[in-house]
Amino acid sequence: MLSTSLSSEAGFEQVKACLQNPFAKLVLWGVLSALLYHLVAGIRHLVMDAGVGESLEGGRLGSKLVIVIAVVLIVLLGVWIW
Amino acid sequence: MVTNVTNLSRSGLYDWMAQRVSAVLLAAYTLFLLGYLIFNPGLTYAEWQGLFSNNAMRIFSLLTLVALSVHSWVGMWTISTDYLTPMAFGKAATVLRFLFQVVCGLAMFVLFVWGVQILWGI
Repeated sequence: MLSTSLSSEAGFEQVKACLQNPFAKLVLWGVLSALLYHLVAGIRHLVMDAGVGESLEGGRLGSKLVIVIAVVLIVLLGVWIW
Repeated sequence: MVTNVTNLSRSGLYDWMAQRVSAVLLAAYTLFLLGYLIFNPGLTYAEWQGLFSNNAMRIFSLLTLVALSVHSWVGMWTISTDYLTPMAFGKAATVLRFLFQVVCGLAMFVLFVWGVQILWGI
């Protein structure tokens, strides 16, 4: 996708057209959702590496936060894609 | 002492650090690109092509490709050493784990080269 979209005006239009297809949007949304979740959970790990939220309660709160934030972002992503 | 040759570097701590550093870089790149796309609706080819031919972006993208390779190698290595164990697969575990890592390494290299080609060719 990246190389086609950068290759030429026609390539760019081709990628744009391809992304109109609902199935392509579904795949894109799926992959980006996984990335967003991974990103949010990763940030939580970095926070824990800094020593925050490493207790039992802190860990539990952290994991709930990750799920809530990830779900919100994934829904927003869906709105943006569709 | 556990001797391990398939991890990315000399020590576990180095891998641990490399994964964190690459993660921060990958997060920065992801957020930048998503932000760029969100705040530039109706993007034209000229703008998109201009973005990737800008030198700073090229360096940033190549750095991200390297970080992605490091991050994925350490991540997949961690998964393979966690799950492809003698407990789960008996004697075959080591061979299975080695093959898994070779496939991951190959995929990583192919994607890296492909990425460089794309960025190089603009």
